Amino acid sequence: MRRFVTVSDMEIDELYTQETLDAAGWDRTRDLGRPGAFPFTRGVHPTMYRGKLWTMRQFAGFGTPEDTNRRFKLLLAEGQGGLSTAFDMPTLMGYDPDHPRARGEVGKEGVSVASLADMEVLFGDLPLGEITTSMTVNCTASIILAMYLAVAERQGTDWGRLGGTVQNDMLKEFIAQKEWICPPEPAVRIVVDMIEYCTERVPRWNTVSISGYHIREAGATAVQELAFTLADGIGYVQACVDRGLDVDAFAPRLSFFFDVHNDFFEEIAKFRAARRMWARIMKDRFGARNPRSMMLRTHAQTAGVSLTAQQPMNNAVRVAVQALAAVLGGTQSLHANAIDEVLALPTEETARLALRTQQILAHESGVANTVDPLGGSYFVEALTDRMEREAMAYIERIDRMGGIIKAIEEGYPQKEIADSAFRYQQQVERGEQVIVGVNRFAVEDDTPLPILKVDESVERKQADRLAEVKRRRDASAVRRRLDDLRQACEGRANLMPALLDAVKAYATVGEISDVYRAVFGEYRDPGHF
Amino acid sequence: MSTARSSASTGTRGISSRGRTVRILVGKAGLDGHDRGAKVIARALRDAGFEVIYTGLHQTPEMVVETAIQEDVDAIGLSILSGAHNYLFPRVLELLRERGADDIVVFGGGIIPEEDIEALRQAGVKALFTPGTTTQEAIDWVRANVKPRA
Repeated sequence: MRRFVTVSDMEIDELYTQETLDAAGWDRTRDLGRPGAFPFTRGVHPTMYRGKLWTMRQFAGFGTPEDTNRRFKLLLAEGQGGLSTAFDMPTLMGYDPDHPRARGEVGKEGVSVASLADMEVLFGDLPLGEITTSMTVNCTASIILAMYLAVAERQGTDWGRLGGTVQNDMLKEFIAQKEWICPPEPAVRIVVDMIEYCTERVPRWNTVSISGYHIREAGATAVQELAFTLADGIGYVQACVDRGLDVDAFAPRLSFFFDVHNDFFEEIAKFRAARRMWARIMKDRFGARNPRSMMLRTHAQTAGVSLTAQQPMNNAVRVAVQALAAVLGGTQSLHANAIDEVLALPTEETARLALRTQQILAHESGVANTVDPLGGSYFVEALTDRMEREAMAYIERIDRMGGIIKAIEEGYPQKEIADSAFRYQQQVERGEQVIVGVNRFAVEDDTPLPILKVDESVERKQADRLAEVKRRRDASAVRRRLDDLRQACEGRANLMPALLDAVKAYATVGEISDVYRAVFGEYRDPGHF
Repeated sequence: MSTARSSASTGTRGISSRGRTVRILVGKAGLDGHDRGAKVIARALRDAGFEVIYTGLHQTPEMVVETAIQEDVDAIGLSILSGAHNYLFPRVLELLRERGADDIVVFGGGIIPEEDIEALRQAGVKALFTPGTTTQEAIDWVRANVKPRA
């Protein structure tokens, strides 16, 4: 008999009715409520997109800081509301462009940044007090944030006006994205230092973007994405509370980031369940009193992993459906993928189409005219309820293991995800999950898309600029600043002041990361499969 | 450096006519963390009866080749999704030649543009599997093209 399942292999009933909800003990007042009020199932704002549309935030970055600065200006001119920065792998892993480990990777998957000199070019002529900037960076987030603050200071922009986000979610790095320097304990200490510092000094900055995106892309089901992401959130809040911070002082600046996959209703339900769960966790588990501490504000990105190299134009349809799900799920900001992201970084043309997809949803489809249009749907409410229940079971299991850091050290979420990825691949190969153009409706000769090639000269240009920076800076000042940083790392002081001094002296991402490596040690992939 | 190894206890299909199980190093070269494909393929090859050694993430070409020689493997399957394939594959091949181990078959997978594939084949990469390849296709290819080294 044919099974009707979601892309996460969750079985779906033929019909959902009031009886379905009654049987699950669903309560309209307790579980649904009103938008803008606890438990925020229907959205974090009372007026949602009538008051303010979601922020269209397309992720961009490649090549030299000049290349990316140009792309930023193009996207802003095309009507994008905020910036989102992709860094290259050496920057993300704490290696300078002249390091042997950086060979072949400089500027390839994002923009190359080695010192404040690069950051000054990257954000040159951009009004940092007026736009918000998201930066996808994790184990080197503390360094990049220090550089951003230094650039703002030199541009004369008060830190109180700076808005934006650093991803800075190290727990999901160990679980899924896997870019790291030091082991989990010191990695979380650095995250907490940043939260503590920004709470006081950069009050509008989102200090962590607790991310399910990479967890899902690595192969997790929707429920696993939900569960591991919120478990990571619990981990950070607990670490901050253990540091002695007041939960209502820092929690309003925590934000989230979810994937939006193909299965339309499963995704919508996931966003709704995430908001309700976080509200309950913050209120009941951590005793938060400020409603803003209980609000799960989120960014969303359409699922890169769902895109196909075969018949790539089909990806435009996938992206539109996924983006619609994110909007109906109530996201605060969104990146729609470009159709060629399975092949390379997007060209200007495909990046524009992705932004236009969002603009068509916002201005033509009418879905932004009312708040939570699917609220009260038997199916959506039942699915929301079920996802909450199943995700909570995972969180309880992680609690029993002693928390998320212990679970990560035991490889538990990593193994769950690898199992799901393998199971999904088998389902695809057996034809139980259909991928149009790949395992059904395939054609022999596909028309290839023209793709963006990153100029191979970027590596040399960036190494040259770095050499120039090193010639011009005060070498003894750099040494002193790095020594100060080392002492801060060895002690318990907040690292941010020492980091700011170091980046202002033009100490590099690689040099500062070497201090982390020397003091905290390096984490290695356990390599389970 | 850590490697994980595994072979299916009941599998016999990875055993060639010459009697020894074919050993494959699945390597994840480069600085990126995209290990979903490498892990799926490692597990599929193991389930198909091959002995599989997985390097884990963030390997340099030097580390991959060192492990391949120490573990006496018959093939290296490199997974690369960082855009650095034009450096990493040729470097691995070069190091294998330097170490006199160029009879180790090198194949790979990842996000590799069509126009780079031909040049990499010419350089000595025996097969490149791009998105949409089934694990069965990869298994069939390995079975047909990788024999135990003398």
